[in-house]
Amino acid sequence: MGEASKISRYLYTVIVLFIIWMFLTSSLDPQELEIGLILSLIVGALTYEVFTEKGLANLHPKRVAYAIAYIPYFIWAMIMANLDVAYRVLHPKRPINPGIVEAKTVLKNDLGKLALANSITLTPGTITLDVKEDRYFIHWIDVTDESVEGASKAITEPFEKFLKVIFP
Amino acid sequence: MSAAAIIGEFLVLFGAIFYVLSSLGLIRMPDVYNRMQTATKSATLGSLGVIVGVGIWAISNVNSYAWLPKTIVIAVFLLLTNPISAHALIRAAYKSGIPLWERSVVDKYKEALEREGKEMKEGEQ
Repeated sequence: MGEASKISRYLYTVIVLFIIWMFLTSSLDPQELEIGLILSLIVGALTYEVFTEKGLANLHPKRVAYAIAYIPYFIWAMIMANLDVAYRVLHPKRPINPGIVEAKTVLKNDLGKLALANSITLTPGTITLDVKEDRYFIHWIDVTDESVEGASKAITEPFEKFLKVIFP
Repeated sequence: MSAAAIIGEFLVLFGAIFYVLSSLGLIRMPDVYNRMQTATKSATLGSLGVIVGVGIWAISNVNSYAWLPKTIVIAVFLLLTNPISAHALIRAAYKSGIPLWERSVVDKYKEALEREGKEMKEGEQ
């Protein structure tokens, strides 16, 4: 994976920091914007090396559009996960069937793997235990399929169609 | 009562219900790994509901739109960091040798670790 130029990575860091500043102050007063811009330039210069590898390529419109489309899909999956957990907690027989399964992913990018691991942790009945290269070890509260292919199909594939585009 | 107040109150109530379920799950579940499932998921969604709900409620209650962006930033940070801490805790629990529940069906991670250990030994010879 090639790294983008220093200037592009620096500008991307500054843009992200400045957007967070605007959200935190929640005012469009010119004085606050100036101070925010100066501070994001300073903090960006200190931290851009660890913050990003791709730089401005992250702001490609197609990737931003997929990232925005991913948010409602993810929140819906999270609400379903919580109703599922509520059912398991409140049911008198406690219908759980836990185990640790292995799943494979097609994602190559480290950031994409992190996003997938986070998504897995917050969606129905699964929590990421460890990641080794392209293999995920997942604690599944209701194991329906022990094989690697079956687990990948049930757990990782629904998110991959979005994450593949967001983090190529 | 305005629409913002109704939505905000509903979201706060919704979040509080999931907080209760999350703490109930800690009592009901048999081992560390299953407890982590309920604690992480319900507490994260509960926090999102309460935090964003307060931001929306403030629109009608204190007549300020300034709360909403701040609460959204807090919610996003929580959403990004909570699963990572859960992952670190569950992995540390596994590494320090806490056993799975006795009725667990499969442990692929143990098999993978044993396979790797064998390969390392063969490499040394």
